[in-house]
This record gives sequence, structure tokens and C-alpha cells, in this order.
Amino acid sequence: MKLELGYIYIEDIQFGPESKVEKKTLYVNKDELISMLLEDQNLKSVSVDIAKPGESVRITPVKDVIEPRVKVSGKGNIFPGTLAKVECVGSGRTNVLKGAAVVTTGKIVGFQEGIIDMSGKGAEYTPFSKLNNLVIICEPKDEISPYAHEKALRMVGLKSAVYLGELGRGIEPDEIEVFETISIKEGIEKYPGLPRVGYVLMLQSQGLLHDTYVYGVDMKQSLTTIINPTELMDGAIISGNCVSACDKNTTYHHLNNPVIHELFKKHGTELNFVCVIITNENVYLADKERSSDWSSKLAELLGLDGVIISQEGFGNPDTDLIMNCKKIEAKGIKTVIITDEYAGRDGSSQSLADADVSANAVITGGNANQVVVLGPMDKIIGHVEVVNTVAGGFDGSLREDGSIEVELQAITGATNEMGFNKLSAR
Amino acid sequence: MVKEIERAGIHVVHICTVVPISLTVGANRIVPAIAIPYPLGNPSLDMEGEKEIRRRILNKSLEALGTEITGQTVFE
Amino acid sequence: MSKFRVVHYINQFFANVGGEEMADYKPELREGIVGPGIAFNAGFKDEAEIVATVICGDSYFNENLETAKKEVLDMISSCKPDMVICGPAFNAGRYGVACGTVAAAVIEKLNIPALTGMFIENPGADMFKTKVHIVSTKNSAAGMRDAVKIMVPLALKLAKGEEIKSSKQEGYLPNGIRVNFFEEKRGAERAVDMLVAKLEGKPFTTEFPMPDFDRVEPAKALKDINNAKIALVTSGGIVPKGNPDHIESSSASKYGKYSIANVTDLVEGEYETAHGGYDPVYSNKDPDRVLPVDVLREFEKEGKIGKLHDYFYSTVGNGTAVKNAKKYASEIAKELLADGVNAVILTST
Repeated sequence: MKLELGYIYIEDIQFGPESKVEKKTLYVNKDELISMLLEDQNLKSVSVDIAKPGESVRITPVKDVIEPRVKVSGKGNIFPGTLAKVECVGSGRTNVLKGAAVVTTGKIVGFQEGIIDMSGKGAEYTPFSKLNNLVIICEPKDEISPYAHEKALRMVGLKSAVYLGELGRGIEPDEIEVFETISIKEGIEKYPGLPRVGYVLMLQSQGLLHDTYVYGVDMKQSLTTIINPTELMDGAIISGNCVSACDKNTTYHHLNNPVIHELFKKHGTELNFVCVIITNENVYLADKERSSDWSSKLAELLGLDGVIISQEGFGNPDTDLIMNCKKIEAKGIKTVIITDEYAGRDGSSQSLADADVSANAVITGGNANQVVVLGPMDKIIGHVEVVNTVAGGFDGSLREDGSIEVELQAITGATNEMGFNKLSAR
Repeated sequence: MVKEIERAGIHVVHICTVVPISLTVGANRIVPAIAIPYPLGNPSLDMEGEKEIRRRILNKSLEALGTEITGQTVFE
Repeated sequence: MSKFRVVHYINQFFANVGGEEMADYKPELREGIVGPGIAFNAGFKDEAEIVATVICGDSYFNENLETAKKEVLDMISSCKPDMVICGPAFNAGRYGVACGTVAAAVIEKLNIPALTGMFIENPGADMFKTKVHIVSTKNSAAGMRDAVKIMVPLALKLAKGEEIKSSKQEGYLPNGIRVNFFEEKRGAERAVDMLVAKLEGKPFTTEFPMPDFDRVEPAKALKDINNAKIALVTSGGIVPKGNPDHIESSSASKYGKYSIANVTDLVEGEYETAHGGYDPVYSNKDPDRVLPVDVLREFEKEGKIGKLHDYFYSTVGNGTAVKNAKKYASEIAKELLADGVNAVILTST
């Protein structure tokens, strides 16, 4: 399966009478977009705003971040099974508005939406401060259930991203990158001397607004399975969850999965990147046992020599992480796990809820409990008062001068467990 | 070393002077000794006095081997 | 601004007082710089100065822990320092424990910043790494120059009360306090690099060491001691005179297995110690002081134990890498099991 990603670099974003991409600037017709989004019966109001790198802007509570993409050739369309009809994606050509993103916000759904600061200290911790963001602010109808609310927000984000992505359809990309995976048999023949490497991607699936969807399937109802890495680049996996902002994998993360990109860089030279194993993080022990049995079984069946395992969230998913690691290592397959830490504000507590000696190669995205003070911003998009109640915030987080004192936990993507960032801890 | 012997399924007691090190390295049954250069002796005593020390420490060691424990234990 | 006043703690060896034979040397306060202090003082330039050096023998310190600690602390506090440096102790176990003890006490009792350095496998490292910053050094004094390079800036930071960054950035041993910082590469790239290294069998360093689980469930009580076969094992280096297997005095690369089938007492001239980490006079004079064959024979006769195993095993614990010691022990254990040994008395010096 071969996919070309055509990167169209976006360096500015503006509102204008016509939605289009011109000279690295993304123009958005506000009214056209809003009227399309308001077709959702669950929404009372929708407004849009813009947040650019370096601006004195704070966006909160952030639900999801999505990169605009469009399928130019090849089967299927972006977000199959959720927005587009179910059809296997991951081949042909996909154009990407690189440097732009859709950010969804509005009345908080759960407790676990985050903060994106476009400048200052907070901006150092979130990768989304470097993007030209179109922010969609949605307010739900009063009687709506949290589930319908979450779904409405999720769909608004995806629709907006597809709307923007479509603007890149006829544009000649600034750069094209090619990703190709071959069949197991071809791989063995072509790279006989290279170690066979897989990627175990753990997806949050705890229910209660902590869900991830694969081709429209709620991952908590799926057994562990395999997927082509390029399928993710076309939106086969999307985020529908409200876990702590710092270590939830937004849809942007799934589209740009850093482990997949780094494995491709060494594919064919230092290793043979075979495929991605996707597994869930369910709430029942039996599910955890079954899913981790399955991931180790698949790793063995695929004849892998090594895997990277990435986690999402923390707490009981630490057990899923350790089970995956332990069972895969027990098959004689080498593992590296990526996680983050909750070592307390002073960094002295036990970082993980579970542990095992076989987890001897760990990459950490840093201590999510570290406290940071984010200075006041000129402009707030969303509802800043939620910082007192989001995970990572506390009563009094929001100070009178508009600055906020929070744990990194509250910053969207700060301690990402796919290894998206440079933040770490020792 | 103590740990590996115990891991292999042999009963073991560790006689040593610097007890905290023994605790750090993970010995389970520990009997404190006299001094680093002479864990089971004392040159300031006569032969019989020294032997008495050895008997005491070794009796303590046998006692340690025969005692049920649930975690690291120092037999003073 | 005036220079920070630094007191340096070192052992008898680094003070050039003497080797093992002087390990009982009592604490001494000397004005100015002694031994390795020269390198530190040069590194401090105009910012700090070693005003005094406290010297203490390693055996004296460890065997008289409370008294020695108090004596050393009194000497240090009499100099009114702003900062205390201990060692570095490299892989010398008793020196490491002394450095850790002094540094921790200085911080706790005198409320003065202190810093030490040692090799990661020094027992003092595990004992004190959560109480005091311990700079990670090589396993021998050959690493002095590198150690000084890391210890000088860290000492100055501590003296100034500046923020201490993560263990990786500053060079101290991970102390259980997790500190965030930005790496050069993103996590996913580090993960792939680490996996490639692991697959190739090359060394790599985990970013989060699992908590120490390497504990063994205590064995059940040994029921029938009167009939048990008991073996002696020692890390005190007792060997037949002349050290036939040439066990090294430090960082042993092997262990020895020696018959005591017809021996009732270890006597001077027939057995000696190969251990280079403690004063050998006493154990050479009477090796039973380390390996109590005489009393165990007595016990055997009295029926207190079933039988003393025909062989004893010996190695030198001094400076021996943990993984080597582990390997020797598991080989020894295998043989002992095969020989029907029920229990081991392991003596350490």
C-alpha cells in the first residue's frame, strides 16, 4: 500500500469572502462554514475565530485538534466510517494543509479538556501553538446529553477539517512525501537482514466520553487488530475522547502519528516496518487480559523482532501498557514503551500505576504533574473559568490578573505518549 | 550474591558488618557482624573469647535460618 | 562578592595517609587543600575556595558510624562553610558510604548544601542517592578529572541556591525526583533509536527505570537444621595460601571453590585473604574470623547442624560489578543444589 502526502504549506490564516488557499494563506468564509455546521440539530450556536502563532491568545477548553486533509486520488475519503463512507483508505494521494489546524472548543463536555496558549510559557508545551488555527466555538442545546454533546463537537471538528482540506484539492503541493508498506511475504524477501518491527498503538476506549473510533467502530468493542500505517494518514482513526488534555491523542496526533513517521524514516535501512497493531484500553480486567494476549499473539504471528508500544492516558491504562509489554517480551520480542509520568508536583512520587522488570526500555513524555504559571492573555477564546475544574487545574487556578496556575496535565498535548514532543523527564 | 542463592531455592543467611548495604542489596535474613576486617572475631580477645563471639553469631544465624519471615529481617 | 567557603571530606587513601593499613585513621581537620582538593579548587576559580579538608579512615568511619559522623560534622561546622564536597568515592564501598553519610548529615543537621560523587554500583550510591546529589563517576580514580568537571558547576549551583535541572542535564545519579526538560529529539525518534539499539544488543538507557523489584521472596524457615547440610560462601576473599586461582583483590573476575573436607580449623599460613578492600592482617592471622570453619565443625560434632559441606566458595566483593557477583552466585547456587546443600552461610567483610 502506497500513499503520497502532498504538503501545502500554510503560513497565515484569514477570514475572507471566499474560502481558498492562496500563496500559503488560508482564507475562510466564516458564514459559509457556520451555516454548514449549524445543520447539526444538537447545536444552539456556532462561531469561529482565528488563533495564530505568537498571538496573545488562550483557547480553552479544547476538545480536539484536527489537520485539514483531502483525498486527491486513491480509494475512499478522509475520515472513512465517520464522515465518509466505509472504504479502505491509505493509498493514492492525499493533500495536507500543513501548518493549519481546526481546534474545537465551547462549553465543556467533561472535566478533561485542555488549554492551548499561542504565546508565552504555555506555548512551549503544546505543539498546537505553532499552527494557524481555525477555532470552532460550539454551544450545545440545553437539554442535550453529554454523549450527544461530545458527538456533536466531534463531528463539527471533522466536518470543518474536511471543509478546509477540500480547499487544497487543486493546489500543487510544496513537497511530496511517499510512504509505502509491502506485504509480509514481500517484506521478508526484500529485507532479509533487517529486524522486523511493529508498532502497538494503544487507543483510549474507556467509555464515558473516553473513546476512539476506527473506521467508525468504537474501539472498545473491537478485538486487537492490525492496520496499515498509511490508513491512519487518511483519518482511519479519530479521537472522540476527553481524557486529560496532556496525554490524549487528538485526531491531529493520529493523522501525524510520530512513531509511524519515525519508523518510516528507518524503514528499509535499519529496520523493516511491518505494520501497526491497534489495541484498546478497556475498563474490565478480562478485556485488558484479552486485548494484551491478542497484541502479543499478533506480534508473534507477524514474526516481529521488536515493537514500540505507545499509551494513551494514565492510571488504569498503565496496566494495559505493562501487560502488553510483559506479554510481548515473554514471546522473545523486544519492546520500547512510550508513556508519561504522574510523579507528583515535586516529582518524588511513583510515576506509573503499574510496572514490571521487563519494561526496561521506557521513553517518557515528562511529568504531567509539574505546575506551570501561564501569564494573562489579551484574548480568550472559549470559557476560561473552566481551568478551575479541568484535570490539572484546581480551585484558584485562575488568578485575578488572568494568569493561571495549572499542572501540565491541563495543556493540550503537553506530555503526549506517542512521543510527539521533546519534553521528557529524568 | 545472597539474593541469587536464595532465588535458586537455597536457604541463606548473610553475616555482614555494614547492615544497610545488605538491606540495599536485598538480603532477607541478616545477622550483624563485628567489624569489616574481622566480621566473626575480635583480635583484642583471647582465642576462646573470639570463638565465643563466633558461636554467638553462628547460633544467631542458625536461628535466622529456622525463623519464618515475611520481609527483610535483621537478627540482632 | 567574597568566595564561597568549601570544606572537602576525603579518606585516608586520597589524603596520602596510607592504604588499608591506615583505614582506622581517626578524623583529622587540616587547613587548606589536600589531594584531590587541588583539582576542585582550580575548577572553582574566583567563585569558591576550599578552606579546610577533613580526613577520615574508611574503616574507622564505618565501624564507629555515630561517633565518626559526629566528629566529622563538628570539624566541618567549625569551619563555617557555605558548601561541603565529599569524595568522590568512585567504587570504594566504605568510602562511598562515608561520603554519603557525611554529605547527608551536612544537609540535614548543618543545613549546608553538600555534594558527593561515586560510581553507580557503589553501595553508598543506592543508600544516599535520594538524600544528596551524587555525581555519577567512573569506577576508579582515573575518572577524577571528569568527575571534577561535573561536580564543580553543580557545587556552585547548590551553593548559590540555583535551580537544579534534571539528573541527565546535571550529571547526578537519578535520585527519584523526576524533573522535566526538553530533549534534543522528540520522543518517537528516541523510541525508535532505543529499539534499534535494543535489537542490535547495543547499550541504551531507559528514561524511566522501573522501581527496584529485584527482591526475592524470603525462603521458608529451614525446619530440620540438625540434619541440614550447610555450606560456607564468602565475599571476604579467603583462599588457600598463595591464592592458587589468582582471584583479583578488587573487581574480581572469578570465584574459587576449595575443599575443607578434612579441615577443622583455618590456620595462619594455610589460608589467607585475597581481598584488597580491608586490612588483611586479622583475617590472615586467623581466617576463621571471616570464614568460621572452626565453630561450624564444633556445631557439626554437637549435632547442631547435619554436615558442613566439603567445599567453600570464595570471591572478593571489593569493587566487583553487581552483574558479575550475580553470575558467580547463580553458578555457585547451581553446584550447591546439585550437591544437596540445604543452606548457606554467607559472610561479608
